[in-house]
Amino acid sequence: MRRRRFVSYTSEVASNKAVEHLERVVIRFAGDSGDGMQLTGDRFTSETAVFGNDLATLPDFPAEIRAPAGSLPGVSGFQVHFADHDILTPGDQPSVLVAMNPAALKVNVADIAKGGTVIVNTDAFNERNLQKAGYASNPLEDGSLGDFHGHTVALLSMTVEPLKGIDGVTSREAERSKNFFALGLMSWLYNRPTEGTLGFIESKFAKRPEIVEANTRAFKAGWNYGETSEDFAISYEIAPAPSAPGTYRQISGNTALTYGLVAASKLSGLPLFLGAYPITPASDILEQLAALKHFGVRTFQAEDEIAASGAALGAAFGGSLGVTTSAGPGIVLKSETVGLAVTLELPLVIVDVQRAGPSTGMPTKPEQADLLMVLFGRNSESPVPVVAASTPSGCFEAAIEAARIAVKYRTPVFLLSDAYLANGSEPWLIPDAESLPAIEVDFATAPNDGETFLPYRRDAETLARPWAIPGTPGLEHRIGGLEKEDETGNVSYDPDNHDRMVRLRAAKVAGIAADIPELDVDDPDGADTLVLGWGSTYGAIGAAARRVRATGRKVATAHLHHLNPFPRNTGDVVRAYDKVLVPEMNLGQLRMLIRAQFLVDAAGYNKVRGRPFRAAELADAISALVDS
Amino acid sequence: MAEGNGNLLQLTAKDFKSDQEVRWCPGCGDYAILNVIQGFMPELGLSRERIVFVSGIGCAARFPYYMQTYGMHSIHGRAPAIATGLAVTRPDLSVWVVTGDGDALSIGGNHLIHALRRNVNLKILLFNNRIYGLTKGQYSPTSELGKVTKSTPLGSLDHPFNPLSVAIGAEASFVARAIDTDKKGLTEVLGAAARHRGSAFVEILQNCNIYNDGAFAVVREEKQNRIYLQHGERIRFGEEGERGVQQYPDGSLRVVDVEEAGENSLLVHDTAHPQASLAFALSRITYETHGAVPLGVFRALEGPVYDDLMSEQLEAAKASRGDGELAALLHSGDTWTVT
Repeated sequence: MRRRRFVSYTSEVASNKAVEHLERVVIRFAGDSGDGMQLTGDRFTSETAVFGNDLATLPDFPAEIRAPAGSLPGVSGFQVHFADHDILTPGDQPSVLVAMNPAALKVNVADIAKGGTVIVNTDAFNERNLQKAGYASNPLEDGSLGDFHGHTVALLSMTVEPLKGIDGVTSREAERSKNFFALGLMSWLYNRPTEGTLGFIESKFAKRPEIVEANTRAFKAGWNYGETSEDFAISYEIAPAPSAPGTYRQISGNTALTYGLVAASKLSGLPLFLGAYPITPASDILEQLAALKHFGVRTFQAEDEIAASGAALGAAFGGSLGVTTSAGPGIVLKSETVGLAVTLELPLVIVDVQRAGPSTGMPTKPEQADLLMVLFGRNSESPVPVVAASTPSGCFEAAIEAARIAVKYRTPVFLLSDAYLANGSEPWLIPDAESLPAIEVDFATAPNDGETFLPYRRDAETLARPWAIPGTPGLEHRIGGLEKEDETGNVSYDPDNHDRMVRLRAAKVAGIAADIPELDVDDPDGADTLVLGWGSTYGAIGAAARRVRATGRKVATAHLHHLNPFPRNTGDVVRAYDKVLVPEMNLGQLRMLIRAQFLVDAAGYNKVRGRPFRAAELADAISALVDS
Repeated sequence: MAEGNGNLLQLTAKDFKSDQEVRWCPGCGDYAILNVIQGFMPELGLSRERIVFVSGIGCAARFPYYMQTYGMHSIHGRAPAIATGLAVTRPDLSVWVVTGDGDALSIGGNHLIHALRRNVNLKILLFNNRIYGLTKGQYSPTSELGKVTKSTPLGSLDHPFNPLSVAIGAEASFVARAIDTDKKGLTEVLGAAARHRGSAFVEILQNCNIYNDGAFAVVREEKQNRIYLQHGERIRFGEEGERGVQQYPDGSLRVVDVEEAGENSLLVHDTAHPQASLAFALSRITYETHGAVPLGVFRALEGPVYDDLMSEQLEAAKASRGDGELAALLHSGDTWTVT
């Protein structure tokens, strides 16, 4: 493992400050939308990942690109939790806040643990900014921060000063380097390795060497300030977390999902076609796939969400791996295409990176309230398998699994992620590309009934129909949205045939239960209470269960990665416990399904705040149920 | 992808008839169009498996069921989008879209204009009967102002689309018009559309004898009102060629008496003009305004084709970066190793 070298950037100053060891830290960087807080958090995370800590991140930013400077709605935050042991969430309460202006302080200070550290950029605490943030008096002077260890840093002036004399850097550009000063200071404070960030600055701003120089100087100035200022008496070290051997990287959910789609294309040998329309928080996937054309990936930025899904379905008809990506407000527009794909029985992967709704809702905030929509948001009996990712890195396997089911069963498949998974990141043990299982594709090549081709004659085991792509001689056939006669696929209005086809389509999807893993239960103590989750609550539920068990209580946990069909043992699992709790960032959608399908009186823990659950609140809810 | 079956030269119209019973109303103009297209298909020189018909919803959209090719009868208005995905991933196919005036210009208007401006390699055939037939007789986006239908008992209030003006406004690279019953004219236009690489838009004037009988009778029945456009030739028409088209200084067009105006004053048709203005002006000639209807190819301009450009980007990316390696992708960025 690489270890950082403890060197100062000004060689005259020897590092003689004390180093304190910590097990875990939660830092939140907060500033104006234009202050570069996401970049700062990202870089700090990369340094932390490379150092070998376990980590989880929670970027939290407004939908507006540049809300009015200094305003409360314009505050952008990035939270990172890192530790010397394995962790599951980005942390309930930051122990450290870096606030670049009064608004950032105001929005975030209530979340900081008492006794925590608050580092503020005093240069931004002028009357105008205080007023914009709604402060009647200066919190740095009125004693209102008395519960915290405060560090007041003239961050802007100390950034600008060392940048004087760099040709071609405007004063405005010099000011914008202040996030690198903050990053340098925090990198010193937590003894982070810095080579990665210096390299990043070099490549990111390669076209403007003067900006490379400015950001590098600002970064080093921040580091040196920590080293020399009497305000910072000690720095902290968080030892690397023990982890399984192998090569790791940091990965966000959207990147993992992108890689999963590319992997599915490789594993199936099907060229990947993405139809998409830009939408938060799914646009990353379009952008990242667009940069992977050397993988044979075709990306099509369509005129709307409808065309995006239609084009993906057209590509699937032609033998591509057709994928469309969106968020809830776009998924509603794709419903008719999904319905068509259900009746055409063609493979299609529909990715829903869920965000808070209804309607436009809160575009950058997570929610998991699209479950019932993807299950039932189409006309008539229109069954669609649903796969859900539960961690950022888990988006990789989830994407492969969605593609596998789509291709094998000739069906549209929904893949659910959310804004928290999409933007959050964690270390990932990179899988061996060679050992990923192939996705078998068997295009029809010959008639299946003597000389005749029956496009709706099904495989006896999977009930999948043949996938006969245009260009295959002798298999010319027509498919469409009208009800089809069993086997021949000809238009049919026969009542019994329709009943049979509805049931066949349902049976095909239900049968996938035999082809997915059983629901895994974590129950070390023989509990009476089960916590059942799905999606991005995985980390919070796991962390909460640890806390509950630490109090001597017994609790079991299980997490669903397939929402339709459910794993075949799901009914047995939920019936085996006296009490079942289903925490969800919705008003009880999975709970409704569990109660309806298994007649189990599951309880819910439901919050829709546009933020992931805190482990502490979940632990309280679980403890209360265990004790009841 | 699969190669042809080697029987190209032996194909006839009969080979393109599917085993499905055609279910349009007796007397519908769609029968004529189906016959012409089935008769034309062998001219493509392609085996049947290389041809795909994609349609949306409406009477015209039943078309693919009757063709012994690959086909998809999809959802209302979305055929151009679905066909785009097919065409850009399968440049080896000949992809045809069959649509109607409601399907293409109302619910699917957005997809139509974007397919056209991208210049996707699609042949889009719009059967225009100026009425909603399958839903039993409501006015359509091409119905004339004041049209009395079941949904507009006091007359429709909305100004109609001119399909060719819409297509030319979207800068379609190929735009043409033909009449359902005009086998020769329709066959010629289909041939020109098929030869054009890029999106080709063809409006086919079609009669709905149930809900809008007599639609386009002024040009379907009265042949003297047909202006057959010919590239490079002066535009004149009528039984003896006695009428012609002249251009005003402002670019708009009028119909004149050739003898009075003099032949040399007539407009010369140019399908390859880089500006869409001439084709647009021609599209504004209607029976209502000029007493005649232009037919044939309005515009045929060679240009970059979306499908080709996409393929070129993929090839260029592979040439500069090599074929994508999954392991390398997964290991991109900062990594660290635990031993």
